[in-house]
Amino acid sequence: MPAIEVQNLVKKYGSIDAVKGISFSIDKGEIFGLIGPNGAGKTTTLRVLSTLLMINGGSVTILGYDLQKEPGEIRKIISYLPEDAGAYKNLSGRAYLQFIANFFDQKQATSMVQKGIEITDLGVRIDDRVDTYSKGMMRRLLVGRALMTEPKLAILDEPTSGLDVINAQEIRKLIKSTAQTGTTVLLSSHNMLEVEYLCDRIALIAEGKIIETGKPKSLLEKYQARNIEEVFIKAVEK
Amino acid sequence: MSGLGNITKKEIRELLTPATFVPIILIALIFATMGTSIEGIQEKALESPTIGVIVEDNGTYSQMASAILHTNAKSVYNSTSLTDLQDGLQTVKQHEGVGLVIIPANFTEQILQEKQGTLEVYWIMKGTGLFDSVSSSSLEGILSYINLNISKELIQQNEQNTTVNSTFVLQPTHRVETTTYKNRVFEGLSPGTISGMLATQSMLIPIVMMMIIIMAGGIVITSMALEKENKTLETLLTLPVKRTSIVSGKIIAAAIIGLILAVIYMIGMQFYFSGFNITSGINLANYGLVLNSLDFLWIGISLFLALVAGLSLCMLLGTFAKNYKSAQTLTFPITMLALIPMFITMFLDFDTLPLAAKMLVFAIPFSHPMMAPRALLFDDYLLVFGGMIYVGIFALVTISIVVWVFKTDRLLVGTTKFKWLKTLKRRRRF
Repeated sequence: MPAIEVQNLVKKYGSIDAVKGISFSIDKGEIFGLIGPNGAGKTTTLRVLSTLLMINGGSVTILGYDLQKEPGEIRKIISYLPEDAGAYKNLSGRAYLQFIANFFDQKQATSMVQKGIEITDLGVRIDDRVDTYSKGMMRRLLVGRALMTEPKLAILDEPTSGLDVINAQEIRKLIKSTAQTGTTVLLSSHNMLEVEYLCDRIALIAEGKIIETGKPKSLLEKYQARNIEEVFIKAVEK
Repeated sequence: MSGLGNITKKEIRELLTPATFVPIILIALIFATMGTSIEGIQEKALESPTIGVIVEDNGTYSQMASAILHTNAKSVYNSTSLTDLQDGLQTVKQHEGVGLVIIPANFTEQILQEKQGTLEVYWIMKGTGLFDSVSSSSLEGILSYINLNISKELIQQNEQNTTVNSTFVLQPTHRVETTTYKNRVFEGLSPGTISGMLATQSMLIPIVMMMIIIMAGGIVITSMALEKENKTLETLLTLPVKRTSIVSGKIIAAAIIGLILAVIYMIGMQFYFSGFNITSGINLANYGLVLNSLDFLWIGISLFLALVAGLSLCMLLGTFAKNYKSAQTLTFPITMLALIPMFITMFLDFDTLPLAAKMLVFAIPFSHPMMAPRALLFDDYLLVFGGMIYVGIFALVTISIVVWVFKTDRLLVGTTKFKWLKTLKRRRRF
């Protein structure tokens, strides 16, 4: 059974078709990347799978749960990191992680927070108020929050957005090691290098449609391209 | 364009929004309405009061008093016998009069003996609001005028007499008053006295209710706005927590903070109002106008229900808030909804309001705890319990709508099915 099964997914915003009947599936423990330009439908797809948006057509199954019928069950096993997410500014980093952990198994809340603190690697600043954090520190806190719960599916929208090269590299390693423990990862990114490094498989999305799916290496060979960026351009032209 | 002109133009364009002007226009409209109402009350005060008169005495002073009454008031019942009292009261009531004045048989004789002549007044009270006693004030003015005229007459008659009792001459009459309201009789009290006392005693709850709603309501709306502004809402909505828990949690937290603020406020206000009770010198408990512990329980329940209803309404408004600034604008309708019943219950009685105003006041959930104390004093349980049921239903329906909004993606994408709103948005874009 695949971790995610998406069939003919349609999402409209009023008269605008944001996602036009896309289909894909992701295996357990796989890192799957959605690649595409702004407005292609990446974030909409991730928000749908995170139970935030209702669908206008098609079906989505996450680890056996139907998205429309069992959103509550899905929320127990997923973790979503929005691209421009924030945290409660009047809380400290530790208090924020504790607040999130309290929604999960109470017995594991302490170990969850501990894991979150390790992932964020904020040192003594973890006890400072969130509103004193830099953009990079905030992103690390949010990545820590998303991964500390050991979700079965992590949905990460531009996970390294706003991070410097070193921090971004650390987060990529963290995502890779998280997937090795059995967590399925669905991410979106503009960074083609990141995608090549991280993803087991990718889907190229443009104007609400998936135009190509496959392993990065296979796609490079198929389109005789030097990088994924070239693959994308050639696939769009095709 | 100069730098100054450029900046001024940009600032004006930013400030020239409906959010800036609509609240001020509404406030201006409310003040205009209030001014018109007060004007109406002033006109009412100038009208001759409708009364009944029973004159048992045919002496000089009673004739003088009777003449003044008939000249300045509209008498719908005239008799010379006290046995017709109930009949007279019934007639005055039918004509929506303010009261029945009795000039007893010994009125002139008493005055001639340098004893105060008694004027008996049976007041028919219609409402307990401060403005409801305007008509009775007109009659009080006429009775004072009778006193003044008899006093003048006595001074003229006793011009050469230096032994006359000046206190008596200046106050040759005194009133014995009985007020009937909602089948209850209050001996020795005029409608004005009762209204005044009730106003000072029942002013606390409307003010406190208004303060709680404005403060706690602001907390709820701002909380929703900050969730959106700080980009925490999306994360919250993907956590394993029921939508009802999110809605209820926000409402409960705001209610607790609101109640704490209200308690602090009430302590201050209690000290303020205690001053009024001392100076009045009348203990309403002697007239049965006192709330018992059960009444306070009903007021508490009514207050709680109104708070839940109000906060759920704020929560609904909060879902429209995009940021802190828009949240501030959205608190305005709630403030108005709290202010309208507060002013109405302070100055007018629910029973004496026109039907449309009655419906408006009843529809506003905050009105009910404000009206409850007076209603309970006069055993108007239908209004109190009917109000509680209405507010309870209002709260349930509003919470259900909020939970529904949370379950859909309207909270995040802000789409609406209301065609008129879409049209309005489209027009504003151009």
